[in-house]
Amino acid sequence: MKVIIIDDEALARSMVKEYLAAYPDLEIVQECNDGFEGIKAIQQHQPDLIFLDIQMPKINGFEMLELIEHPPAVIFTTAFEEYAIKAFESHAIDYLLKPFSKERFDKAIQKWQQQNQTERKTNAQKLLNTTALNPTQQNRVVLKDNGKIKIIATTHILYLEAADDYVRIHTAEGIFLKNKTMGYFEETLEPQNFIRIHRSYIINVQLITRIEPYEKESHLAILSIGVKLPVSKSGYVKLKQVLGI
Amino acid sequence: MTASVTSGFRFRVTFISWWLVWIAIQAMVISSYGNTITQSMVDSVLCNWLLAACCMLIINNMKYYLPQKERYWYVLIMSVVLSTIWLLIVKFLLKLIFQTDRQYLIFLDLSIYIRFVIGFLMIGCMAIMSLLWYTLQEQQEAERRKEQAEQMTKDAELLKLRQQLQPHFLFNSLNSISALAGSQPEKARHMIQQLSDFLRGTLKRDEQQSVSLEDELHHLQLYLDIEKVRFGSRLQTDIQVAEEVKNMLVPSLLLQPIVENAIKFGLYDTTGDVMITLHAIQQDQHLAVTITNPFDEETAVSTQGTGFGLASIQRRLYLLFARHDLLKTSKTATIFTTTLLIPQYRYESNNH
Repeated sequence: MKVIIIDDEALARSMVKEYLAAYPDLEIVQECNDGFEGIKAIQQHQPDLIFLDIQMPKINGFEMLELIEHPPAVIFTTAFEEYAIKAFESHAIDYLLKPFSKERFDKAIQKWQQQNQTERKTNAQKLLNTTALNPTQQNRVVLKDNGKIKIIATTHILYLEAADDYVRIHTAEGIFLKNKTMGYFEETLEPQNFIRIHRSYIINVQLITRIEPYEKESHLAILSIGVKLPVSKSGYVKLKQVLGI
Repeated sequence: MTASVTSGFRFRVTFISWWLVWIAIQAMVISSYGNTITQSMVDSVLCNWLLAACCMLIINNMKYYLPQKERYWYVLIMSVVLSTIWLLIVKFLLKLIFQTDRQYLIFLDLSIYIRFVIGFLMIGCMAIMSLLWYTLQEQQEAERRKEQAEQMTKDAELLKLRQQLQPHFLFNSLNSISALAGSQPEKARHMIQQLSDFLRGTLKRDEQQSVSLEDELHHLQLYLDIEKVRFGSRLQTDIQVAEEVKNMLVPSLLLQPIVENAIKFGLYDTTGDVMITLHAIQQDQHLAVTITNPFDEETAVSTQGTGFGLASIQRRLYLLFARHDLLKTSKTATIFTTTLLIPQYRYESNNH
Protein backbone atom coordinates (compact mmCIF):
# COMPACT_ATOMS: atom_id res chain seq x y z
CA MET A 1 0.00 0.00 0.00
CA LYS A 2 1.34 3.38 -0.98
CA VAL A 3 1.14 6.42 1.29
CA ILE A 4 1.98 10.09 0.68
CA ILE A 5 2.37 12.66 3.45
CA ILE A 6 1.63 16.27 2.52
CA ASP A 7 2.46 18.89 5.15
CA ASP A 8 4.53 22.05 5.03
CA GLU A 9 6.12 21.40 8.41
CA ALA A 10 8.92 18.84 8.40
CA LEU A 11 8.41 17.98 12.06
CA ALA A 12 4.73 17.33 11.48
CA ARG A 13 5.64 14.93 8.67
CA SER A 14 8.20 13.15 10.82
CA MET A 15 5.50 12.62 13.41
CA VAL A 16 3.28 10.77 10.91
CA LYS A 17 6.31 8.90 9.61
CA GLU A 18 7.19 7.75 13.09
CA TYR A 19 3.67 6.47 13.76
CA LEU A 20 3.56 4.76 10.35
CA ALA A 21 6.68 2.76 11.18
CA ALA A 22 4.38 0.38 13.06
CA TYR A 23 2.70 -0.56 9.74
CA PRO A 24 5.26 -2.35 7.56
CA ASP A 25 2.77 -2.89 4.73
CA LEU A 26 2.27 0.86 4.36
CA GLU A 27 5.05 2.34 2.31
CA ILE A 28 5.71 6.07 2.28
CA VAL A 29 6.44 6.75 -1.36
CA GLN A 30 6.89 10.50 -1.01
CA GLU A 31 6.72 13.42 1.38
CA CYS A 32 5.50 16.76 0.03
CA ASN A 33 5.99 20.34 1.25
CA ASP A 34 2.94 21.82 -0.42
CA GLY A 35 -0.10 21.18 -2.56
CA PHE A 36 1.72 21.55 -5.88
CA GLU A 37 4.18 18.83 -4.98
CA GLY A 38 1.22 16.88 -3.64
CA ILE A 39 -0.66 16.95 -6.94
CA LYS A 40 2.39 15.79 -8.89
CA ALA A 41 3.20 13.05 -6.41
CA ILE A 42 -0.38 11.76 -6.37
CA GLN A 43 -0.54 11.64 -10.16
CA GLN A 44 2.81 9.89 -10.33
CA HIS A 45 2.34 7.32 -7.57
CA GLN A 46 -1.44 6.85 -7.39
CA PRO A 47 -1.28 6.30 -3.62
CA ASP A 48 -3.87 4.40 -1.61
CA LEU A 49 -3.86 6.83 1.26
CA ILE A 50 -2.67 10.38 1.85
CA PHE A 51 -2.11 12.33 5.03
CA LEU A 52 -3.02 15.90 4.25
CA ASP A 53 -2.49 19.16 6.13
CA ILE A 54 -5.03 21.90 5.43
CA GLN A 55 -3.14 25.16 5.83
CA MET A 56 -0.30 25.05 3.32
CA PRO A 57 1.51 27.44 0.97
CA LYS A 58 -0.40 28.79 -2.05
CA ILE A 59 -3.23 26.31 -2.15
CA ASN A 60 -4.72 24.64 0.88
CA GLY A 61 -5.42 20.96 1.30
CA PHE A 62 -9.03 21.18 0.11
CA GLU A 63 -8.11 23.13 -2.99
CA MET A 64 -5.45 20.58 -3.78
CA LEU A 65 -7.97 17.75 -3.54
CA GLU A 66 -10.32 19.55 -5.92
CA LEU A 67 -7.62 19.57 -8.58
CA ILE A 68 -7.15 15.81 -8.53
CA GLU A 69 -9.39 13.74 -10.75
CA HIS A 70 -9.60 10.59 -8.67
CA PRO A 71 -8.58 11.58 -5.17
CA PRO A 72 -7.22 8.84 -2.93
CA ALA A 73 -8.45 8.18 0.61
CA VAL A 74 -7.62 11.14 2.82
CA ILE A 75 -6.77 11.49 6.48
CA PHE A 76 -6.51 15.14 7.42
CA THR A 77 -3.85 16.18 9.88
CA THR A 78 -4.48 19.70 11.01
CA ALA A 79 -4.54 22.18 13.87
CA PHE A 80 -7.69 23.68 12.34
CA GLU A 81 -10.66 23.17 14.55
CA GLU A 82 -13.11 25.49 12.88
CA TYR A 83 -16.77 24.78 12.29
CA ALA A 84 -16.20 23.57 8.76
CA ILE A 85 -14.21 20.61 9.94
CA LYS A 86 -17.40 18.96 11.22
CA ALA A 87 -18.65 18.68 7.68
CA PHE A 88 -15.62 16.71 6.58
CA GLU A 89 -15.79 14.46 9.55
CA SER A 90 -18.24 12.11 7.94
CA HIS A 91 -16.61 11.93 4.53
CA ALA A 92 -12.88 12.01 5.10
CA ILE A 93 -11.59 8.75 6.46
CA ASP A 94 -10.73 10.73 9.54
CA TYR A 95 -9.18 13.95 10.64
CA LEU A 96 -6.48 14.12 13.23
CA LEU A 97 -6.24 17.24 15.33
CA LYS A 98 -2.63 18.18 15.96
CA PRO A 99 -1.05 17.17 18.19
CA PHE A 100 -2.51 13.67 18.09
CA SER A 101 -1.55 10.49 19.96
CA LYS A 102 -0.43 7.17 18.56
CA GLU A 103 -3.73 5.62 19.74
CA ARG A 104 -5.73 8.21 17.84
CA PHE A 105 -3.56 7.65 14.78
CA ASP A 106 -4.06 3.88 14.97
CA LYS A 107 -7.82 4.39 15.14
CA ALA A 108 -7.71 6.44 11.96
CA ILE A 109 -5.71 3.76 10.15
CA GLN A 110 -8.19 1.11 11.36
CA LYS A 111 -11.09 3.14 10.04
CA TRP A 112 -9.41 3.35 6.68
CA GLN A 113 -8.68 -0.39 6.58
CA GLN A 114 -12.31 -1.18 7.37
CA GLN A 115 -13.74 0.86 4.52
CA ASN A 116 -14.18 -1.03 1.28
CA GLN A 117 -13.32 0.19 -2.17
CA THR A 118 -16.77 1.53 -3.17
CA GLU A 119 -17.26 3.29 0.14
CA ARG A 120 -13.96 5.03 -0.35
CA LYS A 121 -14.94 6.30 -3.74
CA THR A 122 -18.30 7.71 -2.77
CA ASN A 123 -16.83 9.24 0.36
CA ALA A 124 -14.08 10.94 -1.61
CA GLN A 125 -16.73 12.46 -3.88
CA LYS A 126 -18.84 13.62 -0.96
CA LEU A 127 -15.76 15.08 0.63
CA LEU A 128 -15.08 17.18 -2.42
CA ASN A 129 -18.59 18.55 -2.34
CA THR A 130 -18.29 19.63 1.27
CA THR A 131 -14.84 21.18 1.03
CA ALA A 132 -16.51 24.24 -0.39
CA LEU A 133 -17.71 25.07 3.11
CA ASN A 134 -14.14 25.97 3.92
CA PRO A 135 -14.19 29.76 4.45
CA THR A 136 -11.05 30.57 2.44
CA GLN A 137 -12.70 29.26 -0.67
CA GLN A 138 -15.40 31.87 -0.58
CA ASN A 139 -13.01 34.49 -1.86
CA ARG A 140 -11.04 32.53 -4.44
CA VAL A 141 -11.37 29.78 -6.99
CA VAL A 142 -8.53 27.38 -7.73
CA LEU A 143 -8.47 25.54 -11.02
CA LYS A 144 -6.21 23.94 -13.59
CA ASP A 145 -5.54 25.85 -16.77
CA ASN A 146 -3.44 24.02 -19.36
CA GLY A 147 -1.78 21.95 -16.68
CA LYS A 148 -0.98 25.05 -14.61
CA ILE A 149 -2.68 25.89 -11.38
CA LYS A 150 -4.59 29.14 -11.48
CA ILE A 151 -5.94 31.03 -8.47
CA ILE A 152 -8.70 33.54 -9.23
CA ALA A 153 -9.92 36.05 -6.66
CA THR A 154 -13.71 36.06 -6.70
CA THR A 155 -13.60 39.84 -7.02
CA HIS A 156 -12.03 39.31 -10.46
CA ILE A 157 -14.89 37.14 -11.65
CA LEU A 158 -17.23 38.89 -14.09
CA TYR A 159 -19.78 36.14 -14.42
CA LEU A 160 -20.16 32.37 -14.56
CA GLU A 161 -21.74 30.46 -17.36
CA ALA A 162 -22.99 26.87 -17.34
CA ALA A 163 -21.31 24.58 -19.91
CA ASP A 164 -22.40 20.95 -19.64
CA ASP A 165 -20.39 19.34 -16.83
CA TYR A 166 -18.28 22.43 -16.45
CA VAL A 167 -18.69 26.04 -15.45
CA ARG A 168 -17.10 28.75 -17.56
CA ILE A 169 -15.57 31.44 -15.38
CA HIS A 170 -15.40 34.74 -17.23
CA THR A 171 -12.70 37.14 -16.01
CA ALA A 172 -10.98 40.17 -17.53
CA GLU A 173 -7.99 37.88 -18.18
CA GLY A 174 -9.98 35.33 -20.10
CA ILE A 175 -12.29 32.38 -19.68
CA PHE A 176 -11.45 29.46 -17.38
CA LEU A 177 -13.17 26.12 -16.94
CA LYS A 178 -13.87 24.38 -13.67
CA ASN A 179 -15.49 20.97 -13.35
CA LYS A 180 -18.15 21.94 -10.87
CA THR A 181 -21.87 22.56 -11.08
CA MET A 182 -23.64 25.93 -11.08
CA GLY A 183 -25.24 24.83 -7.79
CA TYR A 184 -21.81 24.46 -6.24
CA PHE A 185 -20.89 28.04 -7.07
CA GLU A 186 -24.29 29.36 -6.12
CA GLU A 187 -23.72 27.87 -2.68
CA THR A 188 -20.10 28.84 -2.13
CA LEU A 189 -19.68 32.33 -3.59
CA GLU A 190 -20.61 35.21 -1.29
CA PRO A 191 -24.36 35.58 -1.73
CA GLN A 192 -24.29 39.36 -1.46
CA ASN A 193 -21.96 39.63 -4.47
CA PHE A 194 -22.95 36.74 -6.70
CA ILE A 195 -26.50 36.06 -7.83
CA ARG A 196 -27.80 33.29 -10.01
CA ILE A 197 -29.87 35.36 -12.38
CA HIS A 198 -30.65 32.53 -14.77
CA ARG A 199 -30.35 28.76 -14.97
CA SER A 200 -27.09 29.24 -16.88
CA TYR A 201 -25.69 32.41 -15.36
CA ILE A 202 -24.28 33.62 -12.05
CA ILE A 203 -23.39 37.29 -12.11
CA ASN A 204 -21.09 39.57 -10.10
CA VAL A 205 -23.63 42.17 -8.97
CA GLN A 206 -20.96 44.84 -8.51
CA LEU A 207 -20.63 45.03 -12.28
CA ILE A 208 -24.27 45.57 -13.20
CA THR A 209 -24.84 48.97 -14.76
CA ARG A 210 -28.41 48.58 -15.96
CA ILE A 211 -31.34 46.18 -16.01
CA GLU A 212 -33.66 46.38 -19.00
CA PRO A 213 -37.00 44.69 -19.59
CA TYR A 214 -36.81 42.11 -22.35
CA GLU A 215 -39.70 40.21 -23.87
CA LYS A 216 -42.63 39.01 -21.75
CA GLU A 217 -41.53 38.55 -18.16
CA SER A 218 -37.77 38.43 -18.52
CA HIS A 219 -35.07 41.07 -18.25
CA LEU A 220 -31.56 41.75 -19.46
CA ALA A 221 -28.71 42.66 -17.12
CA ILE A 222 -26.07 44.85 -18.71
CA LEU A 223 -22.57 44.66 -17.26
CA SER A 224 -20.04 47.49 -17.22
CA ILE A 225 -17.94 45.52 -19.70
CA GLY A 226 -20.79 45.67 -22.20
CA VAL A 227 -22.00 42.09 -21.88
CA LYS A 228 -25.76 41.51 -21.82
CA LEU A 229 -27.07 38.53 -19.88
CA PRO A 230 -30.61 37.16 -19.63
CA VAL A 231 -32.38 37.42 -16.28
CA SER A 232 -35.13 34.90 -15.54
CA LYS A 233 -38.26 35.73 -13.58
CA SER A 234 -36.98 34.19 -10.33
CA GLY A 235 -33.52 35.64 -10.98
CA TYR A 236 -35.05 39.09 -11.22
CA VAL A 237 -36.70 38.65 -7.81
CA LYS A 238 -33.34 37.68 -6.24
CA LEU A 239 -31.59 40.53 -7.98
CA LYS A 240 -34.11 43.05 -6.73
CA GLN A 241 -33.64 41.79 -3.20
CA VAL A 242 -29.87 42.13 -3.23
CA LEU A 243 -29.82 45.49 -5.00
CA GLY A 244 -32.59 46.78 -2.75
CA ILE A 245 -34.89 47.96 -5.55
CA MET B 1 -23.84 63.20 44.98
CA THR B 2 -23.20 66.71 43.71
CA ALA B 3 -21.11 69.02 45.86
CA SER B 4 -23.14 71.65 47.67
CA VAL B 5 -22.62 75.23 46.65
CA THR B 6 -22.59 76.18 50.35
CA SER B 7 -19.98 73.69 51.47
CA GLY B 8 -16.81 75.60 50.61
CA PHE B 9 -15.04 77.86 53.10
CA ARG B 10 -14.62 80.53 50.44
CA PHE B 11 -18.31 80.53 49.76
CA ARG B 12 -19.13 81.14 53.42
CA VAL B 13 -16.68 84.02 53.71
CA THR B 14 -17.99 85.62 50.53
CA PHE B 15 -21.59 85.06 51.54
CA ILE B 16 -21.16 86.63 54.99
CA SER B 17 -19.09 89.57 53.72
CA TRP B 18 -21.66 90.24 51.03
CA TRP B 19 -24.46 90.49 53.56
CA LEU B 20 -22.37 92.66 55.94
CA VAL B 21 -21.67 95.09 53.10
CA TRP B 22 -25.29 95.03 52.08
CA ILE B 23 -26.42 95.66 55.69
CA ALA B 24 -24.13 98.68 55.82
CA ILE B 25 -25.42 100.05 52.50
CA GLN B 26 -29.06 99.59 53.46
CA ALA B 27 -28.50 101.18 56.87
CA MET B 28 -26.93 104.19 55.20
CA VAL B 29 -29.79 104.51 52.72
CA ILE B 30 -32.42 104.25 55.46
CA SER B 31 -30.68 106.81 57.67
CA SER B 32 -30.46 109.20 54.72
CA TYR B 33 -34.29 109.33 54.78
CA GLY B 34 -34.11 110.91 58.23
CA ASN B 35 -34.33 107.81 60.43
CA THR B 36 -32.08 107.42 63.46
CA ILE B 37 -28.93 105.30 63.41
CA THR B 38 -30.50 102.71 65.72
CA GLN B 39 -33.61 102.46 63.59
CA SER B 40 -31.52 102.10 60.41
CA MET B 41 -29.30 99.44 61.91
CA VAL B 42 -32.13 97.40 63.42
CA ASP B 43 -34.14 97.63 60.19
CA SER B 44 -31.18 96.71 57.96
CA VAL B 45 -29.90 93.84 60.13
CA LEU B 46 -33.35 92.32 60.54
CA CYS B 47 -34.22 92.68 56.84
CA ASN B 48 -31.00 91.27 55.51
CA TRP B 49 -30.57 88.55 58.09
CA LEU B 50 -33.97 87.18 57.10
CA LEU B 51 -33.20 87.68 53.43
CA ALA B 52 -29.93 85.78 53.80
CA ALA B 53 -31.86 82.99 55.52
CA CYS B 54 -34.28 82.88 52.58
CA CYS B 55 -31.37 82.68 50.15
CA MET B 56 -29.82 79.79 52.07
CA LEU B 57 -33.21 78.14 52.03
CA ILE B 58 -33.52 78.35 48.27
CA ILE B 59 -29.93 77.18 47.70
CA ASN B 60 -30.50 74.13 49.85
CA ASN B 61 -33.85 73.51 48.28
CA MET B 62 -32.19 73.43 44.84
CA LYS B 63 -29.60 71.01 46.12
CA TYR B 64 -32.22 68.38 46.86
CA TYR B 65 -34.75 69.21 44.25
CA LEU B 66 -33.59 70.37 40.86
CA PRO B 67 -36.62 70.95 38.62
CA GLN B 68 -36.13 69.35 35.22
CA LYS B 69 -39.00 70.85 33.26
CA GLU B 70 -40.15 74.45 33.42
CA ARG B 71 -37.29 75.22 35.74
CA TYR B 72 -37.44 78.98 35.11
CA TRP B 73 -41.08 79.17 36.09
CA TYR B 74 -40.22 77.28 39.20
CA VAL B 75 -37.51 79.81 40.06
CA LEU B 76 -39.83 82.74 39.39
CA ILE B 77 -42.68 81.39 41.49
CA MET B 78 -40.37 80.34 44.33
CA SER B 79 -38.80 83.79 44.36
CA VAL B 80 -42.17 85.58 44.41
CA VAL B 81 -43.54 83.36 47.18
CA LEU B 82 -40.39 83.50 49.29
CA SER B 83 -39.95 87.25 48.95
CA THR B 84 -43.63 87.83 49.83
CA ILE B 85 -43.37 85.73 52.96
CA TRP B 86 -40.10 87.42 53.82
CA LEU B 87 -41.65 90.87 53.40
CA LEU B 88 -44.66 90.02 55.57
CA ILE B 89 -42.44 88.76 58.39
CA VAL B 90 -40.12 91.77 58.16
CA LYS B 91 -43.04 94.18 58.16
CA PHE B 92 -44.66 92.44 61.12
CA LEU B 93 -41.48 92.39 63.18
CA LEU B 94 -40.51 96.00 62.38
CA LYS B 95 -44.01 97.20 63.25
CA LEU B 96 -43.80 95.31 66.51
CA ILE B 97 -40.42 96.83 67.40
CA PHE B 98 -41.19 100.40 66.37
CA GLN B 99 -44.91 100.48 67.05
CA THR B 100 -44.71 103.88 68.79
CA ASP B 101 -42.70 105.67 66.12
CA ARG B 102 -45.23 107.07 63.72
CA GLN B 103 -42.73 108.67 61.34
CA TYR B 104 -40.82 105.36 60.91
CA LEU B 105 -44.03 103.47 60.28
CA ILE B 106 -44.91 105.86 57.46
CA PHE B 107 -41.44 105.35 56.02
CA LEU B 108 -41.93 101.59 56.30
CA ASP B 109 -45.20 101.70 54.41
CA LEU B 110 -43.71 103.93 51.71
CA SER B 111 -40.65 101.71 51.22
CA ILE B 112 -42.59 98.46 51.11
CA TYR B 113 -42.53 98.13 47.30
CA ILE B 114 -38.87 98.89 46.91
CA ARG B 115 -38.17 96.39 49.70
CA PHE B 116 -40.15 93.74 47.84
CA VAL B 117 -38.28 94.43 44.62
CA ILE B 118 -34.91 94.19 46.35
CA GLY B 119 -35.88 91.00 48.16
CA PHE B 120 -37.29 89.45 44.99
CA LEU B 121 -34.16 90.29 43.01
CA MET B 122 -31.84 88.92 45.69
CA ILE B 123 -33.73 85.65 46.07
CA GLY B 124 -34.26 85.38 42.35
CA CYS B 125 -30.57 85.89 41.57
CA MET B 126 -29.57 83.40 44.20
CA ALA B 127 -32.06 80.86 42.85
CA ILE B 128 -30.82 81.29 39.28
CA MET B 129 -27.22 81.06 40.39
CA SER B 130 -27.75 77.87 42.31
CA LEU B 131 -29.85 76.45 39.49
CA LEU B 132 -26.99 77.01 37.08
CA TRP B 133 -24.45 75.71 39.56
CA TYR B 134 -26.27 72.49 40.23
CA THR B 135 -27.13 71.94 36.59
CA LEU B 136 -23.48 72.34 35.71
CA GLN B 137 -22.53 69.92 38.47
CA GLU B 138 -25.03 67.41 37.22
CA GLN B 139 -23.75 67.70 33.67
CA GLN B 140 -20.16 67.31 34.77
CA GLU B 141 -21.13 64.25 36.75
CA ALA B 142 -22.91 62.75 33.75
CA GLU B 143 -19.91 63.57 31.59
CA ARG B 144 -17.58 61.88 34.06
CA ARG B 145 -19.75 58.79 34.16
CA LYS B 146 -19.85 58.65 30.39
CA GLU B 147 -16.09 59.02 30.18
CA GLN B 148 -15.64 56.30 32.74
CA ALA B 149 -17.95 53.96 30.86
CA GLU B 150 -16.13 54.70 27.61
CA GLN B 151 -12.78 54.12 29.22
CA MET B 152 -13.98 50.79 30.55
CA THR B 153 -15.23 49.57 27.17
CA LYS B 154 -12.04 50.83 25.62
CA ASP B 155 -9.91 48.97 28.15
CA ALA B 156 -11.93 45.81 27.66
CA GLU B 157 -11.61 46.04 23.91
CA LEU B 158 -7.90 46.71 24.12
CA LEU B 159 -7.45 43.72 26.37
CA LYS B 160 -9.34 41.55 23.95
CA LEU B 161 -7.30 42.81 21.03
CA ARG B 162 -4.06 42.15 22.89
CA GLN B 163 -5.12 38.65 23.79
CA GLN B 164 -5.59 37.43 20.27
CA LEU B 165 -3.12 34.65 20.52
CA GLN B 166 -3.52 32.37 17.54
CA PRO B 167 -4.60 28.91 18.67
CA HIS B 168 -3.19 27.50 15.42
CA PHE B 169 0.23 28.65 16.45
CA LEU B 170 -0.10 27.01 19.82
CA PHE B 171 -1.35 23.67 18.54
CA ASN B 172 1.14 23.49 15.71
CA SER B 173 3.95 24.25 18.18
CA LEU B 174 2.71 21.51 20.47
CA ASN B 175 2.66 19.18 17.50
CA SER B 176 6.28 20.03 16.73
CA ILE B 177 7.19 19.35 20.34
CA SER B 178 5.35 16.04 20.14
CA ALA B 179 7.35 15.13 17.03
CA LEU B 180 10.65 16.14 18.66
CA ALA B 181 9.86 14.26 21.85
CA GLY B 182 10.28 10.92 20.06
CA SER B 183 13.46 11.57 18.12
CA GLN B 184 15.20 14.50 19.82
CA PRO B 185 13.97 14.84 23.41
CA GLU B 186 16.60 17.50 24.23
CA LYS B 187 15.27 19.73 21.50
CA ALA B 188 11.72 19.06 22.61
CA ARG B 189 12.60 20.19 26.09
CA HIS B 190 14.23 23.31 24.73
CA MET B 191 11.16 24.15 22.67
CA ILE B 192 8.86 23.67 25.65
CA GLN B 193 11.09 26.16 27.43
CA GLN B 194 10.76 28.67 24.61
CA LEU B 195 7.03 28.21 24.35
CA SER B 196 6.62 28.65 28.11
CA ASP B 197 8.69 31.83 28.09
CA PHE B 198 6.64 33.15 25.23
CA LEU B 199 3.30 32.33 26.87
CA ARG B 200 4.45 33.75 30.19
CA GLY B 201 5.49 36.93 28.43
CA THR B 202 2.11 37.14 26.73
CA LEU B 203 0.24 36.71 30.00
CA LYS B 204 2.41 39.27 31.77
CA ARG B 205 1.99 41.76 29.00
CA ASP B 206 -1.77 41.56 29.21
CA GLU B 207 -1.55 43.77 32.27
CA GLN B 208 0.69 46.35 30.69
CA GLN B 209 -0.20 49.06 28.26
CA SER B 210 3.25 49.78 26.95
CA VAL B 211 6.76 48.38 27.08
CA SER B 212 10.13 49.39 25.70
CA LEU B 213 10.91 48.35 22.15
CA GLU B 214 13.79 46.26 23.44
CA ASP B 215 11.45 44.25 25.68
CA GLU B 216 8.95 43.81 22.91
CA LEU B 217 11.66 42.62 20.52
CA HIS B 218 12.87 40.11 23.08
CA HIS B 219 9.35 38.72 23.26
CA LEU B 220 9.15 38.72 19.49
CA GLN B 221 12.41 36.80 19.27
CA LEU B 222 10.95 34.01 21.42
CA TYR B 223 8.07 33.79 19.01
CA LEU B 224 10.39 33.74 15.98
CA ASP B 225 12.57 31.04 17.51
CA ILE B 226 9.54 28.79 17.89
CA GLU B 227 8.38 29.46 14.34
CA LYS B 228 11.87 28.66 13.10
CA VAL B 229 11.71 25.26 14.73
CA ARG B 230 8.40 24.68 12.97
CA PHE B 231 9.38 25.86 9.52
CA GLY B 232 13.09 25.14 9.58
CA SER B 233 15.32 26.97 7.13
CA ARG B 234 12.34 28.13 5.09
CA LEU B 235 11.86 30.97 7.54
CA GLN B 236 14.57 33.60 7.83
CA THR B 237 14.52 36.89 9.65
CA ASP B 238 16.49 40.11 9.56
CA ILE B 239 15.93 42.48 12.47
CA GLN B 240 17.68 45.85 12.50
CA VAL B 241 17.03 48.31 15.26
CA ALA B 242 18.72 51.69 15.63
CA GLU B 243 20.39 52.17 19.01
CA GLU B 244 18.44 55.34 19.85
CA VAL B 245 15.02 53.73 19.52
CA LYS B 246 15.61 50.75 21.81
CA ASN B 247 14.18 52.56 24.80
CA MET B 248 11.20 53.99 22.96
CA LEU B 249 7.81 52.76 24.09
CA VAL B 250 5.47 50.58 22.11
CA PRO B 251 2.01 49.27 23.01
CA SER B 252 2.62 45.79 24.36
CA LEU B 253 2.01 42.79 22.10
CA LEU B 254 1.63 44.99 19.04
CA LEU B 255 4.61 43.90 16.96
CA GLN B 256 4.16 40.17 17.38
CA PRO B 257 0.74 39.96 15.65
CA ILE B 258 2.06 42.09 12.77
CA VAL B 259 5.06 39.81 12.35
CA GLU B 260 2.76 36.80 12.73
CA ASN B 261 0.64 38.21 9.94
CA ALA B 262 3.73 38.78 7.79
CA ILE B 263 4.94 35.24 8.41
CA LYS B 264 1.52 33.78 7.68
CA PHE B 265 1.23 35.52 4.34
CA GLY B 266 4.87 34.96 3.54
CA LEU B 267 4.65 31.27 4.23
CA TYR B 268 1.28 30.62 2.69
CA ASP B 269 1.53 32.87 -0.34
CA THR B 270 4.85 31.63 -1.61
CA THR B 271 6.51 28.24 -1.81
CA GLY B 272 10.15 29.25 -1.52
CA ASP B 273 12.23 30.56 1.35
CA VAL B 274 10.63 33.37 3.32
CA MET B 275 12.63 36.37 4.49
CA ILE B 276 10.91 38.56 7.06
CA THR B 277 12.59 41.88 7.80
CA LEU B 278 11.96 44.29 10.64
CA HIS B 279 13.62 47.71 10.74
CA ALA B 280 13.05 50.25 13.47
CA ILE B 281 14.18 53.86 13.27
CA GLN B 282 13.29 57.23 14.77
CA GLN B 283 11.17 59.55 12.68
CA ASP B 284 10.52 62.94 14.29
CA GLN B 285 8.47 62.18 17.38
CA HIS B 286 7.62 58.71 16.19
CA LEU B 287 9.09 55.28 16.30
CA ALA B 288 8.87 53.91 12.77
CA VAL B 289 8.83 50.16 12.31
CA THR B 290 8.88 48.63 8.85
CA ILE B 291 8.09 44.96 8.37
CA THR B 292 8.31 43.22 5.02
CA ASN B 293 7.38 39.78 3.80
CA PRO B 294 7.51 38.16 0.37
CA PHE B 295 4.25 37.63 -1.41
CA ASP B 296 2.92 36.80 -4.82
CA GLU B 297 0.78 39.48 -6.38
CA GLU B 298 -0.99 37.05 -8.65
CA THR B 299 -2.27 34.66 -6.06
CA ALA B 300 -2.41 36.84 -2.98
CA VAL B 301 -6.16 36.95 -2.69
CA SER B 302 -6.03 36.74 1.05
CA THR B 303 -3.89 39.83 1.45
CA GLN B 304 -6.34 42.11 -0.28
CA GLY B 305 -7.29 44.89 2.06
CA THR B 306 -5.46 44.85 5.33
CA GLY B 307 -6.70 41.44 6.42
CA PHE B 308 -8.08 40.62 9.82
CA GLY B 309 -4.75 40.56 11.60
CA LEU B 310 -3.96 44.10 10.61
CA ALA B 311 -7.50 45.39 11.05
CA SER B 312 -7.35 44.63 14.75
CA ILE B 313 -3.94 46.33 14.99
CA GLN B 314 -5.41 49.38 13.31
CA ARG B 315 -8.28 49.40 15.76
CA ARG B 316 -5.88 49.16 18.70
CA LEU B 317 -3.78 52.03 17.42
CA TYR B 318 -6.89 54.12 16.99
CA LEU B 319 -8.08 53.40 20.53
CA LEU B 320 -4.68 54.31 21.91
CA PHE B 321 -3.81 57.34 19.82
CA ALA B 322 -7.06 58.40 18.13
CA ARG B 323 -5.33 58.32 14.75
CA HIS B 324 -6.06 56.30 11.65
CA ASP B 325 -2.81 57.02 9.84
CA LEU B 326 -0.39 54.98 11.94
CA LEU B 327 -0.52 51.70 10.06
CA LYS B 328 0.16 51.62 6.35
CA THR B 329 0.68 48.83 3.90
CA SER B 330 2.16 48.86 0.45
CA LYS B 331 3.16 46.22 -2.03
CA THR B 332 5.34 45.62 -4.99
CA ALA B 333 5.10 42.52 -7.15
CA THR B 334 6.96 40.39 -4.65
CA ILE B 335 7.22 42.30 -1.34
CA PHE B 336 4.46 43.27 1.05
CA THR B 337 5.43 46.08 3.42
CA THR B 338 3.72 47.07 6.65
CA THR B 339 4.78 50.40 8.12
CA LEU B 340 3.92 51.27 11.65
CA LEU B 341 4.31 54.65 13.33
CA ILE B 342 4.16 54.82 17.10
CA PRO B 343 3.85 58.34 18.51
CA GLN B 344 6.11 58.91 21.48
CA TYR B 345 4.54 62.12 22.76
CA ARG B 346 1.32 60.55 23.99
CA TYR B 347 2.99 58.37 26.52
CA GLU B 348 4.01 61.25 28.72
CA SER B 349 0.44 62.24 29.47
CA ASN B 350 -1.53 59.16 28.61
CA ASN B 351 0.40 56.38 30.23
CA HIS B 352 -1.77 55.09 33.05
